[in-house]
Amino acid sequence: MADKEIKTTSAGGSYEAEELPKAQSKVKEFVKKFLRRKTAVIALVFVVLMILVAIFGPYIAPYDPAAPDYTAMLQGPSAAHWWGTDEFGRDVFSRLLVGTRLSLSVALASVIIGTVIGTVLGLLAGYYGGIIESIVMRGSDILFSFPDILLAIAVVAIIGPGVVNIVIAVAVFTVPSVARLARSATLTVKESLYIEVARSLGCKDWRILWVHIFPGTLQSLIVNFTMRIGTAILAAASLSFLGFGANVTEPEWGAMLSQSRNYMTTAPHLVLFPGLLIFLTVLAFNLLGDGLRDTLDPKMK
Amino acid sequence: MSKPLVSVKHAVKTFQVNKGMFSEKKYVHAVNDVSFDIQAGETFSLVGESGCGKSTTGRLINHILVPDSGEVWFDGTDISKYNEKQMRPLRKDIQMIFQDPYGALNPRIKIQDQIAEPLLIHTNMSAGERLKKVHELLGVVGLNPMHGERYPHEFSGGQLQRVGIARALTVNPKLIIADEPVSALDVSIQAQVLNLMQDLQEEYNLTYLFISHDLSVVEMISDRIGVMYLGTIVETAPKAELYQNPRHPYTQALLSAVPIPDPTHEKNRITLKGDLPSPVNPPKGCLFHTRCPHCTDKCKAERPEFRTVGKDHVVKCHYAEKF
Amino acid sequence: MAEKLLEVKNLRTEFKREKSTVTAVNDVSFSIDKGEVLGLVGESGCGKSVTSLSIMGLLLDTSGKVTNGEVLLDGQDLLKLSKKEMRSIRGRKMSMIFQNPMSSLNPCMRVERQITEAILLHNKFSKEQAHKRAYDVLKSVGIPDPDTTLRSYPHQLSGGMSQRVMIAMALSCEPDLMIADEPTTALDVTIQAQILELMLQIKEERNSGILLITHDLGVVAEMCSRVIVMYAGRIVEEAPVKELFADPIHPYTNGLIASVPKIGSGVKKLPAIPGSVPDLSVMPKGCKFAPRCKYATEKCRQEEPKLQYLPGSTTRKIRCHVFNRAKEGGEQA
Repeated sequence: MADKEIKTTSAGGSYEAEELPKAQSKVKEFVKKFLRRKTAVIALVFVVLMILVAIFGPYIAPYDPAAPDYTAMLQGPSAAHWWGTDEFGRDVFSRLLVGTRLSLSVALASVIIGTVIGTVLGLLAGYYGGIIESIVMRGSDILFSFPDILLAIAVVAIIGPGVVNIVIAVAVFTVPSVARLARSATLTVKESLYIEVARSLGCKDWRILWVHIFPGTLQSLIVNFTMRIGTAILAAASLSFLGFGANVTEPEWGAMLSQSRNYMTTAPHLVLFPGLLIFLTVLAFNLLGDGLRDTLDPKMK
Repeated sequence: MSKPLVSVKHAVKTFQVNKGMFSEKKYVHAVNDVSFDIQAGETFSLVGESGCGKSTTGRLINHILVPDSGEVWFDGTDISKYNEKQMRPLRKDIQMIFQDPYGALNPRIKIQDQIAEPLLIHTNMSAGERLKKVHELLGVVGLNPMHGERYPHEFSGGQLQRVGIARALTVNPKLIIADEPVSALDVSIQAQVLNLMQDLQEEYNLTYLFISHDLSVVEMISDRIGVMYLGTIVETAPKAELYQNPRHPYTQALLSAVPIPDPTHEKNRITLKGDLPSPVNPPKGCLFHTRCPHCTDKCKAERPEFRTVGKDHVVKCHYAEKF
Repeated sequence: MAEKLLEVKNLRTEFKREKSTVTAVNDVSFSIDKGEVLGLVGESGCGKSVTSLSIMGLLLDTSGKVTNGEVLLDGQDLLKLSKKEMRSIRGRKMSMIFQNPMSSLNPCMRVERQITEAILLHNKFSKEQAHKRAYDVLKSVGIPDPDTTLRSYPHQLSGGMSQRVMIAMALSCEPDLMIADEPTTALDVTIQAQILELMLQIKEERNSGILLITHDLGVVAEMCSRVIVMYAGRIVEEAPVKELFADPIHPYTNGLIASVPKIGSGVKKLPAIPGSVPDLSVMPKGCKFAPRCKYATEKCRQEEPKLQYLPGSTTRKIRCHVFNRAKEGGEQA
């Protein structure tokens, strides 16, 4: 013990440095807390699985997703075709596997774009207030007054259908909610004493924003990010379902659902499996977001 | 007498309370004509109850707030009209210690990086030099330099207050404003921090503006004291003079209200009637007249100015000589 | 000897943490007589508030649980009562005054309803009678215009006024025992003086017992007749107030009293207790104060001392192995 004690000779007296309890790694603690949430862990496993499928889908698909087989059209699930075949005899399982990449990347890209723009706007609005805040927040209010999907449809209607345009459309309706969240988080952090301290130390605005405020808002932004992915998958699927999205020949979850509509009564598996996959993926992202929120909340044990 | 390090002259600061578009505008008179000097090397204390404007006064001096009228002189310049950019080089010379040691530190940044922040802003030191200075200061305030790697939540309140003090010392400030630095701490820890502050003052020749509601703490640490009530200073005096010979009826009541930790102590308490008037509508005449046991018609009508009643001892009361 | 009002025997309260349990209150015993003010002093985290919550049976909303001991109010063990029986005792036979009056009052309810609620709960009163009682108690706690106050919402009252209302609520059913947990800590000194005076006056009028929990030794010296000092969930010293301040024996009490600045003492430096309070989950073995005690011996570090009467005294108790040495201020170990 003696070698750890630091005695100072300064300032007339000597102060014995106290020992602190052993440091706990923040990452370790986070992992420990997260692992205690069983549903969130299951959701995470599912999400990771879907990401793996998105990457390796085309290589592990048992059939060519585009190859028609007119000898086996509209078949139910069987040993040869696990999840059945569609009206052109294409293997549903393979198409879903391959389609994962497109569906997920559309969702991911749009949420990333929307979150980055929304965060920057929200931070600026919250920190500076005044005219910037008015413009950003009233703009969000206007976008908010449309139902999400309607807004996306309007955007696609203006710039035309296509995968890239779906990304843009979904990003557009992600921005206002993120901006609002980032602004309110900024306002909360801005009220903290340590921001006043930073100002009194002589920090410049950008340093206060970037070093002191932004990390404080990150927690709620991460949680929102995962939850928005679920929404974005749904939105992209809905747009495709309505025929604004991917090319009909390209396998995409929403598009597949859309094409199967006519066969709902005769071949229900065509609707069931894409629907189930969308449902589970969205659910997994939402549960993951919930779990992250609880884990990151210092008040929850 | 030498030129004072800080000189506040008739400072006034109001805050608007209601922001409604149509309702009548109301203002809180947080600081209402405050004047005092702080000499280099001394500890000047502002003491008063909650809402008396002592913290606002502190924020006027470090330019977090700007007075509506009046002047704030620091080291020979009037900083009250400065903008943020003009103020920035001066920030090095005025450092603060806060009441809430948890709140004053960013929970997401290692304490060594927070202590080094003033160095990063105001000096050209390399990262290595900064770290060396931080380790040295952690030792000075009685913390283990190895703990610089830790985050604030791993420390106790008293230890965090030491971290705050270390940060304030990094850039050799001329003035340290300590806003209730020990009120959130337990008594035994409070004594540690107060002793440390006094040791550091001797060692580094610091000037303190000490803001507190606790008269016993103030007596221990101060050279001169200003008593605040409802946004104004009612009495300023050297420590011994103020405690032995208080002239303002409010100071007298305040001193008599402090519980003495000695059961054999004879109580001779002046109990004030009623509550603090709202600073939105401060009373006319003397601000204290609504609760003053000696109030006269003159007090209700006319606001008193400072009267000199002894060496360095001024009182804002019409009857200062009488009490 | 006066009548015993409250008797706490071997109280032990534990809190569940993630995996382990921590003991916040350990083997605490004391009693309060009628017409007596007992002070419970200690620093934050010493278990003084948990003690009061355990007595009131208000631990239900926390992860805490009383695992041992008895709390006898007029000879009746409160820990054995059902929730319903307990509810009829709270408010009627004993009541609590909290630290923060602003947050202890319901902001959406007028003061009148909050006071009469308790009155109607415990008495077969008509609304008019309840109103009359509410008016009377407000008057008795020194509120100048009870009618206006009854019609107000809590946010319209100042800090001192809301604390008076809280005290009025606590008094409305004329309880025998009042537990005041830091009743004046949130108030300014001049208001604190008013409230303390009021509490003493009430005690005189009704001969009720008060358990006053505070960290402020000045308040203790003015209010209490006997004092219990707690450290790390245990009682370390118990003594009549004058003896305690004149001659604090336990090294912790001694250090605590020495480290309070006193007006008029002219002292510039205070003798501080080094170190800080141990965390409940990593308690030292042996005497809990040993790591901060300058008299600590090997025995102190190994074996926890028992709380026992000071030799030759029937009023003072102490939990210390080395009090003789500490008393003489003798050689440092």
